[in-house]
Amino acid sequence: MRLNYPASIRIIRVPCTGKVDVIHILRAFEKGADGVCVVGCMEGDCHFKTGNFRARKRVEQAQKLLDIIGTGGERVQMYNLSSGEGPLFARYAKEIYDKVKALGPNPVKGNKQTAA
Amino acid sequence: MIVADKKPIEEIIEQIKDCAKILILGCNECVTVCEAGGKKEVGVLASALRMYFLNHNKEVKIDEITLERQCDHEYLEEIRDVADQYDAIVSLACGVGVQFMAEKYHTQRIYPGVNTCFLGATEQRGLWTERCQACGSCLLAYTAGICPVARCAKRLLNGPCGGSSNGKCEINPELDCAWQLIIDRLKALGRLEDYEKLFEIKDWSTDRAGGPRKVVREDVQI
Repeated sequence: MRLNYPASIRIIRVPCTGKVDVIHILRAFEKGADGVCVVGCMEGDCHFKTGNFRARKRVEQAQKLLDIIGTGGERVQMYNLSSGEGPLFARYAKEIYDKVKALGPNPVKGNKQTAA
Repeated sequence: MIVADKKPIEEIIEQIKDCAKILILGCNECVTVCEAGGKKEVGVLASALRMYFLNHNKEVKIDEITLERQCDHEYLEEIRDVADQYDAIVSLACGVGVQFMAEKYHTQRIYPGVNTCFLGATEQRGLWTERCQACGSCLLAYTAGICPVARCAKRLLNGPCGGSSNGKCEINPELDCAWQLIIDRLKALGRLEDYEKLFEIKDWSTDRAGGPRKVVREDVQI
């Protein structure tokens, strides 16, 4: 298929999105990520039954927390895909890339240099 | 166990916003089980606070430590050497831990990071319910293992009251009537005759009404 998606997206593999916790999302931002996109299996298709539902809840928790601390919850988003949907993955990747680009860089990153 | 709930992060920020060095101190016991103040919650709070301060262009050093317990001298002593390096300590232990910490580190600013709620059980993941009010004189032997002090809204010892309908309490249609539960269980145990016995007036001096309490056990004292 040789599909393209933005080169700045770094893939972090997890056994199931149920493994993704709020702390993982926060650490990504702390380390300077401008956005985090959690891509789980289709709802109802989780091999571990509820992993992707758990991930969605945790993404929502992280969004609330990021809103409070001023980073902005809209920088995190959850998507559901099946493993056969390469083109849709590329589309979602581009979508989150454009969204985050419009939001600008993670404020932590700039302030880290000035505060240090 | 002691059940606690997370404190809104805005409330914590309000207390510590003028500090430059902060320690977030977790507890490995009850608050870890109720997912309010364990190592994981310490990590989340510390990370969120670090980003909050960076977003407000302020350099704040935030460290994370989780102690085995915060209600025992020996574990609280573990931070003796580092405690005075911080402008404030946010303790994610229950109210006992926060107070014991404040007693031991007299000149240190200590803030609670959780709201301590009650003595309860984990009914299911994410659902904790009250079971004991630590009244100091246990009645469970007479009430089929269901506590009317903790679970009846009126703390009735000879219930149910007229507010019990269809097994639910009048204060909340989702709340089981403790006395209905007691009667049902006595029936299941074949001990319904116990229900006929009247409770005399309970000695509440062992409860909170008698002021702050203490347990002295000379047999285990050194």
